[in-house]
Amino acid sequence: MSLKKEAWGSRLGVIMAVAGSAVGLGNFLRFPGLAAQYGGGAFMLAYAISFLIIGLPIGWAEWAMGRHAGQLGYNSAPGAFACILRNRWGKYFGIIGVIVPVVIYMYYVIIEGWCLGYAVNFWRGELHLQDAKETVGYFADFTGATRDASAMAFSWHSTLPWLLGVFVLNFYLIYRGLSGGIEKMCKIAMPTLIILAVMLLVRVLTLGAPDASKPHDNVVNGLGYLWNPTKVMVVKTEPGPEDKPREIVGAKAIEEAKAEVAASGGALKMREDGVIQQLANPSLWLAAAGQIFFSLSVGFGVIIVYASYLTKKDDVVLSGLTASSTNEVCEVALGGLITVPAAVAFLGVAGVAGQAGVGLGFKILPLVFSKMPAGAFFGGAFFFMLFLAAVTSSISMLQPGIAFVEEALGVGRRVSVAILGLLTTFGTGFVLYFTADLKALDTLDFWVGTFLIFVLATIQIIVFGWKWGLDKGFDELHQGASIRVPWIFRPIMKWICPAFLLTIFAMWLLKEIFGFDLSTGSAGAVSGYVTDLFGEKSSLVAQLSVAMVIAIFIFFGLMTARSSAYARAQKGLPKSDA
Amino acid sequence: MTTAGLLVMLLSVSTVVFLFSWCIWKVLTTPSETDTLHGTEFETPDVRMDKDH
Repeated sequence: MSLKKEAWGSRLGVIMAVAGSAVGLGNFLRFPGLAAQYGGGAFMLAYAISFLIIGLPIGWAEWAMGRHAGQLGYNSAPGAFACILRNRWGKYFGIIGVIVPVVIYMYYVIIEGWCLGYAVNFWRGELHLQDAKETVGYFADFTGATRDASAMAFSWHSTLPWLLGVFVLNFYLIYRGLSGGIEKMCKIAMPTLIILAVMLLVRVLTLGAPDASKPHDNVVNGLGYLWNPTKVMVVKTEPGPEDKPREIVGAKAIEEAKAEVAASGGALKMREDGVIQQLANPSLWLAAAGQIFFSLSVGFGVIIVYASYLTKKDDVVLSGLTASSTNEVCEVALGGLITVPAAVAFLGVAGVAGQAGVGLGFKILPLVFSKMPAGAFFGGAFFFMLFLAAVTSSISMLQPGIAFVEEALGVGRRVSVAILGLLTTFGTGFVLYFTADLKALDTLDFWVGTFLIFVLATIQIIVFGWKWGLDKGFDELHQGASIRVPWIFRPIMKWICPAFLLTIFAMWLLKEIFGFDLSTGSAGAVSGYVTDLFGEKSSLVAQLSVAMVIAIFIFFGLMTARSSAYARAQKGLPKSDA
Repeated sequence: MTTAGLLVMLLSVSTVVFLFSWCIWKVLTTPSETDTLHGTEFETPDVRMDKDH
């Protein structure tokens, strides 16, 4: 009996360890922000399709390619690409797999600091936030979103001290090789986080309409905003450049909007955007695919490195599927269902539609906790568990960089950690300084956390399906696996997934870079992320952010070019003859 | 919330919950799966090598 109990305990422990490594801030903070930004069932549909035809298959491709490279002695993305592509240029594609996690770490660790800061301030009883205005204001002050360098104060209510603590903690754990302790802690923290999230979900779903004077701002309309496939909007008949459609959710609100339109004398009109119309927006697909990649750590350069440490006996198919499904439960059934409906209940549909990014959770969840009994305790506990989940993710983001520096320069782990420490200190300092409107963070999150991930994932699946070959790839996948990948994934990985990604990419380039509106066939607006870099509306901070990424690319590129570590890899030979 | 919205929500949530539950069941009922299931464990070989030195 005790043996049986022990076996089950051990198995659940392994599942929790996998969950701990898979769940992070992307689930509870980034996803709700995107769902709110692109609002509507169409985004969720694009998200579900992306999970099935790109998230799962590319994840499996990464596990297989990583383990194959590891068997030959290579533990970095440049090494893996060099030995699979077998030419002198392959290793340079792999550099993207180093840049992505390293640059994401630079801003991820700041959000990790926010989580710790919020947790401690909840426990200190300092977060008595009464309404949405106060919560949004506190977040702006805490993060320095009001002006540059304003988060750099040594105060309980500022980012700097928390960031310093988190940054030092991460590198101390890695430098001393103590991160296994965090992993063990996660076995307790993960179930606690999920239990707290379920409690929070129950509280959110029973919120009703928190402000009786605004009956349309309620949870049911929040769920409608997130899941309704068709969008109903009020628009001006002759809109100016600054006029945006106003989305309406809920039967009563729509009736009132119709009356408003009828009374407007033709100045306003109702508009309905169906699913197909919304799905014609390539930015929505890019965001949905980007979120799938971000939260599953696919196209990230992380899985390929960790898979390289596995043996032929390890089950990469079920490992990948378990990690992915845990992620999805936390993201879809918890993260999304909590934050967006609560945000609509407190801020209204109009208030949520204007929000984007990871900030939404920080602006809304403290209010929900304030409406709960013992809210200070539970609020602190929730943000602390989120902080722990983030620590495991951020440590895993550093490993691809550490493994690359070790391999390329032939140095030990501690030297490698020191080099990465210097680089990320500079990058994190940059994001911490340029906090006005969170411009640096947002720019890096788009160009690296969405765009570059998308590029790397596309390269990976093309390499897997066309260069390495499905037969070799599936043989590698099935080594040690207790389940087989369904046959349908063969055509998906060979044809559908690459075609899907390339089509989205081409559509996105047309719309966001060249300003060609596909739905009307006419010239439209160019993406704000592009106008931030070029032209009259350019932002110096956005330009500097992208320049920093290019500089890191050149730095890693020079290291790769001068390294002798990949000479054997590009011939498909093991790292050493031993 | 429209009926279509409710259906999309129920379908999405139940699909991910089912998939997650199936994975848990598979891990718990497959012999020796504990030894072969992995996430991003932090005790990587270079950490162990560093400790040994």
